Amino acid sequence: MPSAVSSHTSTAPTASTAERLSRWVNRHRMWVFAAPAMAFVTVLIVFPLVWTLYLSVTDSAGSVSRAKNFVGAENYTSVLTDTERFWPAVGRTAYFTIGALVLELIFGMLIALLLWKPFKGEKWVRIAVILPLVATPVAIGMMWRLIFDPNIGFANYLLSQIGLGPYPWLASETMALPTLIFVDVWQWTPMVVLILLAGLTSLPEEPHEAAKVDGASGWKQFWWVTLPMLMPTAIAAVLLRAIDALKTFDILYATKGKGGGSFHEVETLNVYAYGLSFDYFDYGTASTVLILFFIIIMLIVALLTTRRKVAS
Amino acid sequence: MTHPFSRRTAAVALAAGLVLAGAAGCSSGSGGGEGSTTLRVTLANHVWTDEIKAAIPDFEASSGLTIELTQLGEDQLSAQYNTKLNAGTDEIDVMMYRPLQEGKLFAGNGWLADLGDRVESNAEWDWSDFQPGPVEATTVDGTITGVPIITEREVLYYRTDLLAEVGLSVPTTMEELEAAAKAIHEAHPEIAGFVARTNVSAAVTQFSSFLYSYGGDWVDSSGKASVDTPEAIAAYEMYSGLLHDYGPENLSTDMSWPDAMAVFTQGNAAFYTEADSLYKNATDTTESKVYDKVGFAPLPAGPAGSKPYNIPSWALGVNAASENADNAWKFIEWATSKEMSMTIQQEGVPSARTSVWDDPEGIATYPADLAEAIAVSAENGVGHDRPVVVRVAEAREIVGMPIVVGITGGDVAAEAAKAQTSFESFLESDA
Repeated sequence: MPSAVSSHTSTAPTASTAERLSRWVNRHRMWVFAAPAMAFVTVLIVFPLVWTLYLSVTDSAGSVSRAKNFVGAENYTSVLTDTERFWPAVGRTAYFTIGALVLELIFGMLIALLLWKPFKGEKWVRIAVILPLVATPVAIGMMWRLIFDPNIGFANYLLSQIGLGPYPWLASETMALPTLIFVDVWQWTPMVVLILLAGLTSLPEEPHEAAKVDGASGWKQFWWVTLPMLMPTAIAAVLLRAIDALKTFDILYATKGKGGGSFHEVETLNVYAYGLSFDYFDYGTASTVLILFFIIIMLIVALLTTRRKVAS
Repeated sequence: MTHPFSRRTAAVALAAGLVLAGAAGCSSGSGGGEGSTTLRVTLANHVWTDEIKAAIPDFEASSGLTIELTQLGEDQLSAQYNTKLNAGTDEIDVMMYRPLQEGKLFAGNGWLADLGDRVESNAEWDWSDFQPGPVEATTVDGTITGVPIITEREVLYYRTDLLAEVGLSVPTTMEELEAAAKAIHEAHPEIAGFVARTNVSAAVTQFSSFLYSYGGDWVDSSGKASVDTPEAIAAYEMYSGLLHDYGPENLSTDMSWPDAMAVFTQGNAAFYTEADSLYKNATDTTESKVYDKVGFAPLPAGPAGSKPYNIPSWALGVNAASENADNAWKFIEWATSKEMSMTIQQEGVPSARTSVWDDPEGIATYPADLAEAIAVSAENGVGHDRPVVVRVAEAREIVGMPIVVGITGGDVAAEAAKAQTSFESFLESDA
């Protein structure tokens, strides 16, 4: 072996160093090709996570560059015993997510079944259905805030035409969250429709035909043939929507503002964590809430993916 | 080796890519070194900002500097400072901030440069011309951290036509206000007798004047929480009671000033207590349906007299990490000069300069009754409109709870007692 030619002494790599580099790359190609992705994951996922974890065991407040003390599990015990803000926020997050998810699945399935078989004007109906999906969430929040205004809003005007109302909608402590579930359903059902429709179109014809020949009714065909075959797709839709719904922030903040309203009536975990860091400047507690939230999401994802494996 | 070139290129590209990615991660983006001619100014959405923006080309021409202006809403501005200054950015030179909301916190974080020497450096610009109250609010632990630009006091906005219709004179006490609100609401059930901010946090500043006028304050003379005193409870009951009994129908507890102002300017309310610095919204001939029927009066007196807040709502500071502090100060000196202050005040934004108020020109453009109300308020004014603490946002939510509970018809005294306990423990932890 000739003595090593150090590459930094020459401005351009010589043929032999280039050769050697290329051999090295070839030998380690598994790592080299994965490197950008690994760097990406480290910088954008692992670092924030580790940093958040670190902040969650400190009393960091005011500014992250201020001196902070290690407080161990203190933040965790105080958050987990907090029945004023934390647990109600967990409850609201679950309520919002489950409420929105169930309705989106039901409506999504109905619309997908309607669009499954070709009909006249199908193209236009499909476009109309996905419209809410392409609008900006904050703009949607502002729009529904106007529609649901108790005094000048369109919703109450419409209901007054058939002798109902007026309802306080977002202005009411108890009605605000259900109203926002409605908005979420309005916006995200189209996505469920798209996913389920893709699943439906890929289903084989034969089982349906066999069921028809055997004299199964439409409902029985759906329940015993279509639905089981569609299950993996449906669970994928649930997974995607559940994660999104858990993390919903924009429509909540755009309609009710800081702290989810004066009584924290729509304060979910995400809104709470945002308030802790951006209004209260309490990074220690905010990080604790986020870590706990992260754990909750991971548990749900794990649960759903095992369900999905079983289903498929 | 069939494609040595492509393989080598790939390797080099990869390596270069990794190095670049690393460099991008480490770079602090220090674009403007000492005395850069590009000055980065961050301002909030406000009439004041609109006026400054219009005059910036003049400043650029005379100073030779280029201004890079970022303009944001209040909350976005706060979030922007939080994220950028936490990262130690030098990409902000001049920053518009709220001394009473964020001043203590920002100063404690070391985000605001000490302007002590600079304010004394120019006798013509004259630091002593600034009102003592606002100056006190921008001074944290003896360090001058900002120059106050906008001041405000709470005044009573009212509808002259409705008041005349029920044959009452302008209310000078809280009882008269309540009686007049009641009379008008009874004569016109579709019109609210009274409107004001209802959001737990936003309402606190407008409620503060009620609190002072009833003889209360957030803390007593020894610094202990005092939001459940009989005075405080009476004030909570008056503010929230006016809204509960005579406020708009289907009243939400989400209203900040734009919402409350909209109710008033759409002609749906008779009385409205709000900051004087927002009066242009009510007298604007295109935006306000009642522009020719708006009257202004000092805040009606409670048992302790009429004691509205008189505070600096906004100030200009210099980012402590800025590498362009000299030019940043040049901008502040220009934006807060006697001439600019006069021009902007004439456009309806109350200044913090004594000379501007002393000059009849300074209030020539104001409605006469408003100018009078401001003068009265400036005299009796209290220098803070929210608890004077570091974690202001949290404190506001605590002391604001009795307001929203009262608005929704709940037990104010019980809620005040709860707020007192929370506020006591909050004050202990607020360092």
